[in-house]
Amino acid sequence: MHLFNNHGNSFPSLLFLLKIATRGHALLKKKSDALTVQFRQILKKIVSSKESMGEIMKTSSFSLTEAKYVAGGNIKHVVLENVHTASLKVRSRQENVAGVKLPKFEYFTEGETKNDLTGLARGGQQVQQCRVAYVKAIEVLVELASLQTSFLTLDEAIKTTNRRVNALENVVKPRLENTISYIKGELDELEREDFFRLKKIQGYKKREIEKQLASAKEFEFAEKDSSQKGISRNSAHNLLSAGREKDEDIIF
Amino acid sequence: MANRVQIPTNNSALIAMIADEDTVVGFLLAGVGNVDLRRKTNYLIVDSKTTVKQIEEAFKEFTTRTDIAVVLISQYVANMVRFLVDSYNKPIPAILEIPSKNHPYDPAHDSILSRVKHLFSTESVASRH
Repeated sequence: MHLFNNHGNSFPSLLFLLKIATRGHALLKKKSDALTVQFRQILKKIVSSKESMGEIMKTSSFSLTEAKYVAGGNIKHVVLENVHTASLKVRSRQENVAGVKLPKFEYFTEGETKNDLTGLARGGQQVQQCRVAYVKAIEVLVELASLQTSFLTLDEAIKTTNRRVNALENVVKPRLENTISYIKGELDELEREDFFRLKKIQGYKKREIEKQLASAKEFEFAEKDSSQKGISRNSAHNLLSAGREKDEDIIF
Repeated sequence: MANRVQIPTNNSALIAMIADEDTVVGFLLAGVGNVDLRRKTNYLIVDSKTTVKQIEEAFKEFTTRTDIAVVLISQYVANMVRFLVDSYNKPIPAILEIPSKNHPYDPAHDSILSRVKHLFSTESVASRH
């Protein structure tokens, strides 16, 4: 983007700044709208996901109760003894959505889940089913975690973008517009002053010329008159100049 | 740009749990549990003897550990430390409120959903029975 014009002056003109502020404002508004659409979609998914999570947890809980019943209530200890490194973990990646990096979780299994439940006399099948139920629950929960994190990130991004939109709209643009109209006003005023000065001078010149024409005419008349009436030329002129001086006072 | 918080790409992170015994046992069965060399676990079993302070500490610990990406917390436990859960505002680790056997899931108290209650005017999610 050019901020330099051709004469090597590095200050961009105000009109140019106003142009880019306007364009930036429009673009940011679009971004905000796009993000808000995503936001609402994610929210809907979260709501339905949370509901199915509730269901799945209930199912898993039943299956555990069953397993406990069949295995004779000893499950808890055996399981707790057998915890070493987690075999069910998550990894996170980033997804770019409308210019915002949203996190995404995926669950994966690593290593062998300890099947060392030899402490349990019976109930192998129920325990297995229970395990499957809880793994399914994890699947839903990890998906939910993704949605939730994206949701929070989007929320922040939307707030920031809207802050910028508002700043441009309510601070930057008005300031630029005010400065531009002030400068225009000053320039207009200077132009008007020049114009007025010009007109004034033209006016003076015109009056000078008229004055001279008028005095030339009177001179002629005085000459004619004095020759007709026999008054000396000089006194006729003197009379005229006295009268004219008084007139000059009136004019100015 | 608009996203100041950089979410690190993590290839291997744990799921932590703060829940009642049954729930924790179920998830441990699935393979979520982790005990490291220093006997530090990624879960806390909450029973009648667990104090609020212990829950607070576990929550704070799990949410500051860099190897934990998700924290599952039973909703009734979350209610005990509601102020901590509600004031938590980092995207990672993600805090998920889950139901427990005696306390079915109640959207009215979910800290995430309550944040957007204002977005829904007539059809309020949180007020659904």
